[in-house]
Amino acid sequence: MSEHNEQEHHIVSPKVYLVILTALLVGTAVTIWASFVDMGPLNPIIALAIACTKAVLVVLFFMHVKYSTKLTKLTVGAGVFTFLILVGMTLADYFTRAWGRW
Amino acid sequence: MSDTIVSLPDQATARIPKLNYLSKEKGLLSWLLTGDHKRIAILYLISISFFFFIGGSLAALIRLELLTPQSDLMATDTYNKVFSMHGIVMIFFFLVPSVPATLGNFFIPMMLGAKDLALPKINLLSWYLYMAAGMMGLYTMIAGGVDTGWTFTTPLSTHYVNTHVITTGVAIFIAGFSSIFTGLNFIVTIHKMRAPGMTWFRMPLFIWAHYAASILMVLGTPVLAIAIVLVALERTVGIGVFDPAKGGDPLLFQHLFWFYSHPAVYIMILPGMGVISEVISTFSRKRVFGYTAVAFSSVAIAVFGFFVWAHHMFIMGISNYAVLVFSLLTMLVAVPSAIKIFNWAFTLYKGSITFETPMLYAFGFMGLFTIGGMTGVFLGTSGTDIHLTETYFIVAHFHFVMVGGMLMAFLAGLHFWWPKMTGRMYPEKISQLAALITFIGFNFTFFPQFILGTLGMPRRYASYPPEFQVLNVLSSAGASILGVGYLLPVFYLLWSLKYGAIAGDNPWQATGLEWQTQSPPLTENFTEIPIVDHEAYDYEWLERQKEKEVPSVG
Amino acid sequence: MSDSTVIAQSAAADEHHAHPPYQRHHFETIDQQNDATNFAMWLFLLTEIMFFGGLFTAYLIYRNWYYPAFVAASHQLDIFWGGLNTLLLISSSFTMAMGVWCAETRKQSGLVLCLVLTFVLGLGFLGIKSIEYHEKWEKHHIPGLHFSTQSFADPESDTEVFEKYHDKALAPDMAAHTELYFFLYFAMTGMHALHMIIGIAILAFMIVRARAGAYTNGHLAFVENFGLYWHFVDIVWIFLFPLLYLISRH
Repeated sequence: MSEHNEQEHHIVSPKVYLVILTALLVGTAVTIWASFVDMGPLNPIIALAIACTKAVLVVLFFMHVKYSTKLTKLTVGAGVFTFLILVGMTLADYFTRAWGRW
Repeated sequence: MSDTIVSLPDQATARIPKLNYLSKEKGLLSWLLTGDHKRIAILYLISISFFFFIGGSLAALIRLELLTPQSDLMATDTYNKVFSMHGIVMIFFFLVPSVPATLGNFFIPMMLGAKDLALPKINLLSWYLYMAAGMMGLYTMIAGGVDTGWTFTTPLSTHYVNTHVITTGVAIFIAGFSSIFTGLNFIVTIHKMRAPGMTWFRMPLFIWAHYAASILMVLGTPVLAIAIVLVALERTVGIGVFDPAKGGDPLLFQHLFWFYSHPAVYIMILPGMGVISEVISTFSRKRVFGYTAVAFSSVAIAVFGFFVWAHHMFIMGISNYAVLVFSLLTMLVAVPSAIKIFNWAFTLYKGSITFETPMLYAFGFMGLFTIGGMTGVFLGTSGTDIHLTETYFIVAHFHFVMVGGMLMAFLAGLHFWWPKMTGRMYPEKISQLAALITFIGFNFTFFPQFILGTLGMPRRYASYPPEFQVLNVLSSAGASILGVGYLLPVFYLLWSLKYGAIAGDNPWQATGLEWQTQSPPLTENFTEIPIVDHEAYDYEWLERQKEKEVPSVG
Repeated sequence: MSDSTVIAQSAAADEHHAHPPYQRHHFETIDQQNDATNFAMWLFLLTEIMFFGGLFTAYLIYRNWYYPAFVAASHQLDIFWGGLNTLLLISSSFTMAMGVWCAETRKQSGLVLCLVLTFVLGLGFLGIKSIEYHEKWEKHHIPGLHFSTQSFADPESDTEVFEKYHDKALAPDMAAHTELYFFLYFAMTGMHALHMIIGIAILAFMIVRARAGAYTNGHLAFVENFGLYWHFVDIVWIFLFPLLYLISRH
């Protein structure tokens, strides 16, 4: 009836799913391998970066957000944003407690 | 120029429409298994009123105890339980659901031109969760209650009391989900079920306010849920998450708790502000000044409300940097609220003001909420907060905004929409008297508490130094007046159900789609989905409608 | 805005009683219903993000404070089981996405197969989890239930783990903080497992319905929305795995 609906009925093909599955499995292998290599402070950063990439792939393709309305994208963004506020601002307190442990 | 805008149909011939949402189906099951948002709203109205009076009785006990400096009416432990349960009942079982679950449920679909909320079954589930939580809370009270204060501060609540912390926590957990589902329902409805032509900026400001509050409900409440789970685990299993002896940090609980509980105060006040927008516009016969500003300020309050929670923790041991940041952000969050007050004031300016009961409550709101809000600035300033926190200054502050603000807004809305919900008008003179009594009683009750706080009287204490007695007696005396003011509506509103004047479709001649339907409305709200071609608060459009109007006789 | 355009157009094209049987009466069109329920599921997932958010906050704080304890404690987790679980869950996300594709393209037997595979993979995940939990029980690593810090104060007594990592002994107070790690391990994976159990129960229900022809008749909202839930549970695990298992293995 309208292009708006066509957008939501876009059917993602199995090929795309296979590519994403492969990427996720590769990412898992890489992240396990990386944990055995001493990269100092980079270790947790790399682990989180890989995890975030995997999560983004799942959200965009398995959960169809890439093909969804702006509203859906905004909703996901709002959730991530609020999560980051909770974590970030709470940690800001802990990281600045100059006198160390409670 | 008349001194009232009330326009009722000819009482000799007027009748309540035979077919309406109340008469459509009969029997208890038709109510308990309803999907009709209006019936669910009425169910909520009865339940929250019940809990309001429980919380009110607890308040009466508090004020009775505080008549004398000694802890002589009840043991201090008992007093701790009384004020804790007063807070828990009033916040979780009255204030949070008050306007959204009653007026929001009833009118959001109607204002949007929809037949129901998006998820009627979830709506009913919300009410059942609320009732389960309420029953659990009641049971806990009877079994002995909690004495930690409604804030469950750790490590007191996890390691030092042997009262019913977990059961109360579970009750609040369940009530939280009731709130989440209500908010979820509202967001979906507002996005997806607006009538043709009802754009975002044609919606009544009541809707914007509920939209903002719903975002807070959905995003904030789950954090309270996890905080409660952790307290329960700490108490039962002893995991150590809040236990310094095991390396845990009690402050973590407070971060998680206040991450919800600060937005919670906006969850409580925003719907009330939505009511005030509607009432002030109707009783000034004027569109709300600066519609866009008021709409965006609601959303701004919701967003900024997430950034300020640690202003409840200034003295608890957070870092100085955190104190600085949260204090600065708290100053920001006051701005959108002030914007609303200014816009309402400019709405009144050169309006045709009349003083029906809803408007009296709205005026009360504007004055008392402003005072409460301004005292919030003293508390957001960390330097003064160190002296004022945990004193009666805080108690006065939040009662001014919550009782002088929110409760007055709820009463304004209840009176404003009573004719639409029931088809009957309440008696005007006694309701105006009740509003006045409430206002006077309120000021006598809570204004002295600002002074007590600055003089140094701590909160949550059953006994106090004798030099504070005069102000405490004044406060308790005011509370008795306030109680009368709140009891009167119970009587005359119930009376009006049988003997009140027939209201007709639009006794206030208000704009808004809900006033274009019969009173009480049909179950499906509209026989045909309306097509909206006018802005909100368009009184000229209303005039043109009246010319075409055929009075309904039912 | 697109929302009201849809609604306006649908109202204009409205033929009163020509709507599918599964369309509820308060919706004007089936598209509106599907839009609304899909959006509702996303909002529910937002609440889940914030619910887990509290636990992630606690984790980040205590990992920062007690890093040595967290490293030593994480060595008690077997990468083999954790990695295998990750593979199972990612694959189940794939089979779930394929299930939705089958529903969209009306392939009933394909849908049933995909749902069954997802179900089996999910059960496999839970089975492995119970093996891991049992091991923790045996070694007294469950907080509050006779928690023992022996493996950390005296690592050589735990030969299996010592051979792999050669951890140094922790001071008594740091060793005590491993209880916080395990609390987080059980709270986060336990909460995750609870969500998996609920998901698996719903999958069982869907398999029965799918075999009866539901979801491949054009009305696939339930499968789609469940898929969102299942993928979310997968995403939580995608973060839990590196945070709990892979803190430092060198």
